[in-house]
Amino acid sequence: MTWGLESASVRFGTRTALDRVTLRAEPSTVSVVVGGDGAGKSTLLRALVGLVPLSSGISRRPSKEEIGYVPATAGLYTDLTVEENLAFSGGAYGVVGSELAHRSTELLERIGLANARTRLGGQLSGGMRRKLAVAMALLHRPALLVLDEPTTGVDPVSRSELWRLISAAAAGGTAVVATTTYVDEAHRASTVTLLEQGRSISTGAPSEIVAAVAGKLGVVRSTAQPQGLSWRWGSSWRVWSPTDVLPEGAEPLQPGFEDAVIIACLADEQEVQPVGRAR
Amino acid sequence: MWAMIVKEFRQLKRDRRTLAMLVVLPVLLLVIFGYAAKFEVSNIPTIVVGPQAEQVASQLQGPFQVVEVDPGAGKSFVESRLRDGKAVVGLVTGQRPLLALMDGTQLFAAQAAEGAFAHMARAAEASGVTPPAVTVQILFDPKLMSSWIMIPGLTGLILLFIGTLITSLGIVRERQSGTIEQLAVMPFRPWDVIFGKIVPYLLLASLDLTVIVGVGMLLFGVPFVGSVATFGLGALLFLLVTLGMGVLISTVSQNQGQAIQLAIMFVVPQVLMSGLIFPISSMAEAVRWIAYVLPLSWYIEISRGVMLKDTPVAALWEPLVVLAGMAVVVLGLAMLRFRRDLAPSARHGRVTAAQPEPVSP
Repeated sequence: MTWGLESASVRFGTRTALDRVTLRAEPSTVSVVVGGDGAGKSTLLRALVGLVPLSSGISRRPSKEEIGYVPATAGLYTDLTVEENLAFSGGAYGVVGSELAHRSTELLERIGLANARTRLGGQLSGGMRRKLAVAMALLHRPALLVLDEPTTGVDPVSRSELWRLISAAAAGGTAVVATTTYVDEAHRASTVTLLEQGRSISTGAPSEIVAAVAGKLGVVRSTAQPQGLSWRWGSSWRVWSPTDVLPEGAEPLQPGFEDAVIIACLADEQEVQPVGRAR
Repeated sequence: MWAMIVKEFRQLKRDRRTLAMLVVLPVLLLVIFGYAAKFEVSNIPTIVVGPQAEQVASQLQGPFQVVEVDPGAGKSFVESRLRDGKAVVGLVTGQRPLLALMDGTQLFAAQAAEGAFAHMARAAEASGVTPPAVTVQILFDPKLMSSWIMIPGLTGLILLFIGTLITSLGIVRERQSGTIEQLAVMPFRPWDVIFGKIVPYLLLASLDLTVIVGVGMLLFGVPFVGSVATFGLGALLFLLVTLGMGVLISTVSQNQGQAIQLAIMFVVPQVLMSGLIFPISSMAEAVRWIAYVLPLSWYIEISRGVMLKDTPVAALWEPLVVLAGMAVVVLGLAMLRFRRDLAPSARHGRVTAAQPEPVSP
């Protein structure tokens, strides 16, 4: 079963928050939506789970019993203990009794909270809270897991643990859709959708997004910012030209995934069409 | 400091609710204390019975307002009318001295009536006439104990507090923390969430009500002479109205501060204008209608009637029906609004989201 959005638009009054976006969420895959603040990532997920009505297009989602959703803001009750949060989530999805006990133990061990069962949600660190929220959304083994910026504000170790948890869910057959502002996280996804001002500017596997890079990428090893469209990369500068001609002093370079994401955004601003399969 | 002052004014300009409160509350308090919050009673509904009923009724002057004259009736008829809340004073003629029965639960009216009888006696003596001897008998609250009339009203205040303030805060907390979004995605029907949120408060309020009545009876000797079932029915209907208000307030509040502001605007007029402290009959005619749109006014009529006077359910049909009507309207409106928050995809007539719509991979 494939879930997702097809040419979905969402309008709030006169403002278009999502403009004809298509997103496929297939079982056993992780689809990541990348975009800056205000790009429309949360609206896309909210449209997918039915929290905002579409003004046009189609949202394909399983029944509520088969959806796991973690919003960007919370995902758990800070005045309930870890155990009570899991029990509430289990009760909502009909996971009770020994099944709840078994599944809770399994997930708590996996997220490293087995010894924090009686701690209040509000007493957990940011990373722990996000892990618990994802565990709560996974408790009933959903067909579709939707995560809104699960790793924002989370330390690198917890981020890695969270992605291990998400990947394990996908390996178990769940279709995962997650948003992130971290490009490096998108690299490990099955498909990536780049969102900019409510529009999908590039979609495909990370390798396809790299292959779709138009123009030329170069590196300039100097401290001064070079002419043209450039961005800082460590101690040097990356420079991109929508044509095949690089500025003087730039050495040609094969783009990596992060380069490809930045170039896609720049190309969108310059209205340059990608050359590869991704769109 | 100037920067702080400018910033504060800018924030205030955008906080329309606080601005409204700054304007509305003083006006409200001015109206209440200017026209409504009075202890003086100028009209005392009075019935006169017995053989000389017509003659005595014609001699009665303000503050007595004769509402019924029945020469064929006696003391038991007066007691029944006072119990049903149809009058505050009943004069039984045909005996010397005259018997004046008073409804003690109408504390200020009864005190005013006592004062008026004394004044009439003094006036008669001054003009050289022998004043008619009157024996006063106060019913339901013979010692005119203010605690007896306050505690039945206080039960309403507790229900109002829990139903409106605590409920709205509980729901707004979900909205503020973002968990309400999650509830909307979980396999709950909107009714599950709404009732799941209000049933605990309903039970807590019922427990609180029982405790307050029990403490009132034990510590202050407040009687409970009427039907528990009638009292329970009145309390339940009133609680449904207050819970509905709580849910309604939560649907138009983004945070707990806003919810508290709105709850205060709803609770304060009820404390002052429901007859809990100041008698409704003392209010100026022009603002008295406000008391009748406040649910606490009707609940107090039921609670005082049942607890202190054993008023039968048949005599309380009016407040019961009004509260039931209010409960249907307020709770219905609250649920419709809350449901809209929980099922936004179904808000529009045109459903574009297919759920679930199987497609071939």
